[in-house]
Amino acid sequence: MKLGDSLSKLGLRGAGPLLGLVVTWVLFAVLAGGTFTNWSNQELMLLQTAVVGTAAVGATWIIVSGGIDLSVGANIALSAMVGSMVMRDGHGFWLAAIATVITGCVVGWLIGALVVGALLRVLLVAGAGALLVWLTAGMGSLWSLLLGVAAGAGVWFATARLRQSLPLSPFIVTLGLWGALRGIAKGLGDDQPMIYFEADETLSALMLPEGLLPPGVWVLLIVAIVASLLLRRSVFGRHVVAIGSSRETARLCGINLPKTELRVYMLGCACAGIAAVMQLSYLSMGDPTTAQGYELKAIAAAVIGGASLAGGEGAIFGTLLGALIMTVVDNGCTKVGLDNWVQEVVTGVIIVAAVALDRWRQSKSPAK
Amino acid sequence: MTGAPSRLRIRALHKRFGPTQALAGVDLDVAAGEVHALVGENGAGKSTLLKALAGVHLADTGSMEIDGMMHLPLDPAEATAAGLAIIHQELALAPHLTIAENLFLGREPRRGWFVDRSALLEQAKTALARVGRDHLDPDCLVASLPPADRQLVEIARALTQDVRVLVLDEPTSSLTQADVGPLLQRLRDLASTGVAVVYVSHVFEELFAVADRYTVLRDGCTVAAGAMKDIDHDGLVAAMVGRNVEQLYHRTPCKRGEAVMQLTNVSGHTAPTDATLTLHRGEVLGIAGLVGAGRTELLRCIFGLDEVTSGDIRVLSYDGFASPRDRWAQGVGLLSEDRKHEGLAVSQSLADNLWLPCLSRRARNGFLNGVCLERDAHVWLQRLGVKFRDAGQPIRELSGGNQQKVALARLLAAECDVLLLDEPTRGVDVGAKAEIYKAIDELAHRQQKAVLVVSSYLPELLGLADRIAVVARGDVLPAQPVADLDEHTLLTQMTVGRQREGVA
Repeated sequence: MKLGDSLSKLGLRGAGPLLGLVVTWVLFAVLAGGTFTNWSNQELMLLQTAVVGTAAVGATWIIVSGGIDLSVGANIALSAMVGSMVMRDGHGFWLAAIATVITGCVVGWLIGALVVGALLRVLLVAGAGALLVWLTAGMGSLWSLLLGVAAGAGVWFATARLRQSLPLSPFIVTLGLWGALRGIAKGLGDDQPMIYFEADETLSALMLPEGLLPPGVWVLLIVAIVASLLLRRSVFGRHVVAIGSSRETARLCGINLPKTELRVYMLGCACAGIAAVMQLSYLSMGDPTTAQGYELKAIAAAVIGGASLAGGEGAIFGTLLGALIMTVVDNGCTKVGLDNWVQEVVTGVIIVAAVALDRWRQSKSPAK
Repeated sequence: MTGAPSRLRIRALHKRFGPTQALAGVDLDVAAGEVHALVGENGAGKSTLLKALAGVHLADTGSMEIDGMMHLPLDPAEATAAGLAIIHQELALAPHLTIAENLFLGREPRRGWFVDRSALLEQAKTALARVGRDHLDPDCLVASLPPADRQLVEIARALTQDVRVLVLDEPTSSLTQADVGPLLQRLRDLASTGVAVVYVSHVFEELFAVADRYTVLRDGCTVAAGAMKDIDHDGLVAAMVGRNVEQLYHRTPCKRGEAVMQLTNVSGHTAPTDATLTLHRGEVLGIAGLVGAGRTELLRCIFGLDEVTSGDIRVLSYDGFASPRDRWAQGVGLLSEDRKHEGLAVSQSLADNLWLPCLSRRARNGFLNGVCLERDAHVWLQRLGVKFRDAGQPIRELSGGNQQKVALARLLAAECDVLLLDEPTRGVDVGAKAEIYKAIDELAHRQQKAVLVVSSYLPELLGLADRIAVVARGDVLPAQPVADLDEHTLLTQMTVGRQREGVA
């Protein structure tokens, strides 16, 4: 009990996910031996977790607020395509990374704005943004993107007085974007991966084992620490939990629901944008068909880590552990020599078992 | 108190929901520094009035003012900004946040982007001390608190705001006696600092202990107001009741048949507690009680929707507990009080709703004949006088009264012998009410079925039922013949329960 208490202080809902990780790791260590337990494999597993883990941190925020994002994978593909376009136009890594994260944020804004019911404003903003992008297409992808975003933002703030209210369910909105965003990504690259840029050292170093841990793993850790701190300690984070826990209470207490929800989706999708930078580095190209199914992996990681799809519950470090459990299963099964289908079955069983265990534990606790 | 300027002033407030006139001219004056008792029977319009104040409903006509300023809130946030705090019966707390976070939700002490946790905890401790709960850990999750503590946390939250008008709707319904006294004292202290406190309660002892003045609502109107010291318990009851029973009710004389349902010491998780009750063929047994007294829980236990923890239920020749599915098969039907969510599938057709409990009986080799179902539905729908275009039309196209008749027709179509009706005329206009009363009378007294009716509306029970049992705080009092009862007696039993039974 004491261990559970101190762990929940660290952002875990009990010791469940940690125990799960230890058990799966030990299991594969016994089964696979040295090929699984050596340090370079640990490094590899952490690296394999970086992309999904970062996206899952964002997904946790959205799930805690009572929402859901099914477009994470498509968002990663689209953002990475935009990043590679910027690099193709001769810009360096940092500008490309910024463009990638901005693209993620724009997608988050789109989801959030549709969810809170600002459909008319979204159409106006999208119109203005698209017009600017089209007009400035000759200036190169980076400037075109930035001007388009600036024009869109201008229209967004200028139309703030439009009291438009047609709230849509996040499931439906992101289900639509799940296909649409990938379509745009394919359109940007003419249905081809975008590889026409020179190798950038910073880009490739991001996902290469170097020093204590690969830089991508540090990115994941920093994102997770900042996200956890914000969720647990910031006013914004507590409002997000309140909305997910009881919408009516949050409304009654005067919390600005549309503003908070819009920000949650932007923040969550910014994480997907950061994941896209790592995916870009991993592949050394922009691929519109990449990151398929990452949305479900991100949701699964959050759920294994103790998040409730009903909202109000979820812990960033639990999500990290959830993502690691899935990587350990994938990696371990390969090392043992099990077929791919076994991994898939095992992962599925773990998701259901983790949630069932969590519910069982809750039903045992004395308070209702 | 007269002469003091009103802090809250309401004049001629009207609100209509479809056919129901919920508020028909409410006047209310509450001075700064007083505790004002707002009383009325269930359905007298108190909840609607509170919702208009809170910005949940917009009143149709009439005016509300706080300190002379127009009060027309469009949403709860505006009402809060105007200095109004309402403690609702249903609690509004976020279970996944801590006590401290709930107390200051939306108004957290900040340090930049972050919550200033030390200040939050300190302020939370002060706030909890004010409601006599300083032993609670403000860092503990609200989900882990018992109901009474949650109630006090919510009251504490209202007290932390800069309130000018504090409204409490049945704040003591989940409190133990030991917590009530300190709370009332705290309300008196609060009033003495200049806050106008509106106290809604059915527990008259509390009202006499805490309130300075009172206002009585009946049928959506203000019917009496004055100083608490000028009135007594009986006077308040008389003001709440004083109404002519309309000639809506039919009662065909009939002899009571054999007992078909026997409850022996039945207890559920919250309510009922140790209920004993017998229902006979050919009678309408009324169940009276305040909202939250456990009337609906009693029906749910009988019907197998809620778990029965002890006792025995015998229905017809069947003994013991059963699932709702078994109950339908045994010839027991339930009409839910929550028509929109439980009672009907509103997007489905009339025929689908009508046949839902007995679809398997209507099926041939596992298939249903839609044409046949719709045709047969006509018989039942017409018997209850449902006004409809086509048995295949979605039920949401009908008025509330007609929807309710379909819900009742379902029990007939399922050929139930025992009918459990929970608020059968809720949200129904007068014309449809009369038709439903007539149908109930016909079912019980001509067709010799057994009918159990729960209602908040006492004249309805007195007009309809042959015997009435009062439920007070989960406790089911013995049923009495309706000839020995009047509203006054029932209301007294409902508010004081078993201890003072028969005193009135």
